[in-house]
Amino acid sequence: MHRTEELYGQFQTVEQQREASTLGMWVFLVTEILFFGGIFLTYTVNRQAYPTAFGIGSRTLDLTLGTLNTGVLLASSFTMAMAVWASQAGKKKLITLFLALTLILGGIFLGVKVIEYAQKFEHHLVPGRSFAMPPEDVPAEAAATDPDLETHAQLFFSLYFAMTGLHALHMLVGAGLLAWLLRGSLAGRFTTRYNTPVEVVGLYWHFVDIVWIYLFPLLYLIDRHKPG
Amino acid sequence: MLTAAGSDATLPAEHYLNAKYGLRSWLLTTDHKRIALLYLGSVTLFFFIGGAFAVMIRLHLLTPEGYLVSPEAYNKLFTMHGVAMIFFFLIPAIPAVLGNFLIPLMIGAKDLAFPKINLLSWYLYVTGGTFVLVSFLTGGLDTGWTFYTPLSSVYSNSAVAPAVIGIFINGFSSILTGLNFLVTVHTMRAPGMTWFRLPMFVWTHYATSIIMILGTPVVATTLALAGMERLFHLGFFNPALGGDPILFQHLFWFYSHPAVYIMILPAMGVVSEIIPTFARKPLFGYRVMAAASLAIAVIGFLVWAHHMFVAGQSTYAALAFSLLTMIVAIPSAIKTFNWAATLYKGSISYDTPMLYGLGFIGLFLIGGLTGLFLGTLGTDIHVHDTYFVVAHFHYIMVGGAVMGYVGGLHYWWPKISGRLYNEFLARISAVILFVGFNLTFFPQFILGYLGMPRRYHTYPPEFQVLNVLSTAGASILGLGYLLPMIYLVYSMRYGKVAGPNPWPATGLEWRTASPPPTENFDVTPEVTWEPYDFGNRPDLGLDLPKSAPQQGPDLAPAHGDD
Amino acid sequence: MSEHITSPRVYLAIILTLMALTAATVGAALADLGPLNIILALVIATSKATLVVLYFMHARYSPRRTQLVVIAGIFWLAILLVMTMADYLTRSWQRL
Repeated sequence: MHRTEELYGQFQTVEQQREASTLGMWVFLVTEILFFGGIFLTYTVNRQAYPTAFGIGSRTLDLTLGTLNTGVLLASSFTMAMAVWASQAGKKKLITLFLALTLILGGIFLGVKVIEYAQKFEHHLVPGRSFAMPPEDVPAEAAATDPDLETHAQLFFSLYFAMTGLHALHMLVGAGLLAWLLRGSLAGRFTTRYNTPVEVVGLYWHFVDIVWIYLFPLLYLIDRHKPG
Repeated sequence: MLTAAGSDATLPAEHYLNAKYGLRSWLLTTDHKRIALLYLGSVTLFFFIGGAFAVMIRLHLLTPEGYLVSPEAYNKLFTMHGVAMIFFFLIPAIPAVLGNFLIPLMIGAKDLAFPKINLLSWYLYVTGGTFVLVSFLTGGLDTGWTFYTPLSSVYSNSAVAPAVIGIFINGFSSILTGLNFLVTVHTMRAPGMTWFRLPMFVWTHYATSIIMILGTPVVATTLALAGMERLFHLGFFNPALGGDPILFQHLFWFYSHPAVYIMILPAMGVVSEIIPTFARKPLFGYRVMAAASLAIAVIGFLVWAHHMFVAGQSTYAALAFSLLTMIVAIPSAIKTFNWAATLYKGSISYDTPMLYGLGFIGLFLIGGLTGLFLGTLGTDIHVHDTYFVVAHFHYIMVGGAVMGYVGGLHYWWPKISGRLYNEFLARISAVILFVGFNLTFFPQFILGYLGMPRRYHTYPPEFQVLNVLSTAGASILGLGYLLPMIYLVYSMRYGKVAGPNPWPATGLEWRTASPPPTENFDVTPEVTWEPYDFGNRPDLGLDLPKSAPQQGPDLAPAHGDD
Repeated sequence: MSEHITSPRVYLAIILTLMALTAATVGAALADLGPLNIILALVIATSKATLVVLYFMHARYSPRRTQLVVIAGIFWLAILLVMTMADYLTRSWQRL
């Protein structure tokens, strides 16, 4: 079945194509909710079982970098929404500008994550044989309430890497999609009649932002009020 | 048997099979009908592989001490049998073969919403299957298809990692198929094809798609976590590292219970097409059947921990799951009553697809009723992990789903291939299959009730007679599967030309040529009739008393704000 | 079906609200609110997520069907979390 301009052969109208594409992306995002959901359940069960260890683990994370990254990602959602608006309003140059800004902000986020991961490796906070909690981060009463504190803290870090790693993977895919959109935008492919790809990638990008909106407090903000 | 309408028919000059030639035209096709045939080949291969393991299991169990393989090898046999059959045959078979082929035809569309994603689905299946075959060939798998931790994530010495990767990838094949179907049914229906004019086959596949979309991602994550645990020595499910094996079970069964509804709902859809056609009566209780399909999909997500009654969960949770399990049986029972009501006072003929349909109803009934014994907390303690469970799920999966699949293949074979198979051979095959099946699995109910555990390579000597009966039955069952493969393939070349509507039946798919053209319909159909309206279709050549036309809405836009 | 175009002003208001809520959640985390800490953190996160879904993702102006899809996804996640935690949290209950 062949394609006429932007209309693929299996569809009768551009409107039907747009309807199907956006519904398809929403349904895909629902699968992503359940996909991340399994790990969120694992997190919930483990945090409920080992609250002290999770608190200690959380406090070793860099709050400044985490908050900064949250701000960066939220801003990138704003620029993405603006890119979609520009495509709806037919402002071709602005589409390119906002897509580029989104990609840059996404890049900053990933760069900060690389820094954070490197810090974890340096400080022996990667689960495995070389894992070791710095003694200054383990208050005496915590060690008293949980004799297996280090083992349980490793569970926290396993989840930290699994959850942020999975999230980062999704961001990389998103970056790839943005690059693809940029190419199309530079070629002037997106018009008021046909802006479906921008809309659909936008939905994906916002979803990845929402995952981080939950990851940030769940990983970075446990027991922050406690001294030490 | 009714004379096939159009018995002097000839094959159409151009259709989807001869439109293009060459390997590339098949491996790079986006035609849903060709993709369905690609799947047909692949799932048949895995059916053979799973079947080979079954043969070895049944041979091994001929004697109480088990003479064929070592205990470790036995563990691998039942594991690989389960993995091949469940993930690579039962889950994809009807949706990816029949669903793919028929859904666009049934709704009057040219193809699915996303044809390239459809092809991607097949490649993901093949890639996942390859990883699993690598696992089978490089040490096998001995964890049970359920991959319980910490055996699978820590202690097993078998090839767990490639298997888990393969099933993970295959999961996305399933997810994308479900996504494609869901969007297609919502947005691609022909003018006049309103929701309540859809064939029940489409409704059940819609319900199946909901399950695929909501459930499969969870098992993907679960296997990924278990795989990471194995590869990086993490502790999510390992008690020695503070982890919880029961968490794995919750996550695993959250998908794997709804998965059984992925396996049975499409077969129910097939039966809902076959019974009306060979009773020449509309499906009884159409709207209730549609609602029951959705109810099965939804309630099916609320019962998973009935697989974990003896695992160590809280008694109160177990009680809740047991009650919900009783409730999920209700929509299935409603469907069974409605099929029976469809048959009542129908003008019945015993063509091969009907034999499979009737067989389905009886065997699904037995399988379903025995599920109630398992869902009841008290009796489950006695029969859990025995052959009672094995018999229960084989009655549903083989007696139900596989019969539905084979029956569906026969029913739509004329549409797919343009030709008719040998009816005499086919009816004999169906009977052989039915007899072989019952001989194989009924003794297993008794064995389980008497206490024979599952997944054991030996058993007490007093159980030998029943085991021998079961193995004998398996050989007959095998013959019942082999025969259709032979005569169906033979018919592709030498079978009588079928014409567009040989049975005849009422769906849209029967209003186009057999085999259909690549774009399905020469003109986009406009639907003004109700489904299964046999009484008002003089064009079908059936000698039925004219019935009051079924009431339905006028020509309406096919899709809009729904 | 006409497309509703959200104005950039709305987007600006939303992003500023999101930034403020982020500051609020960090501030709240630094205070000792006992069991309220986690509840507040989740409430704020959910508020942020809701704003993103409704406005950035246009769910507010999307057809009913889309809204149903979103709700179904969230509801199913809830089933997974709630029913599993129902097991864990009732294990210590005394016999009836």
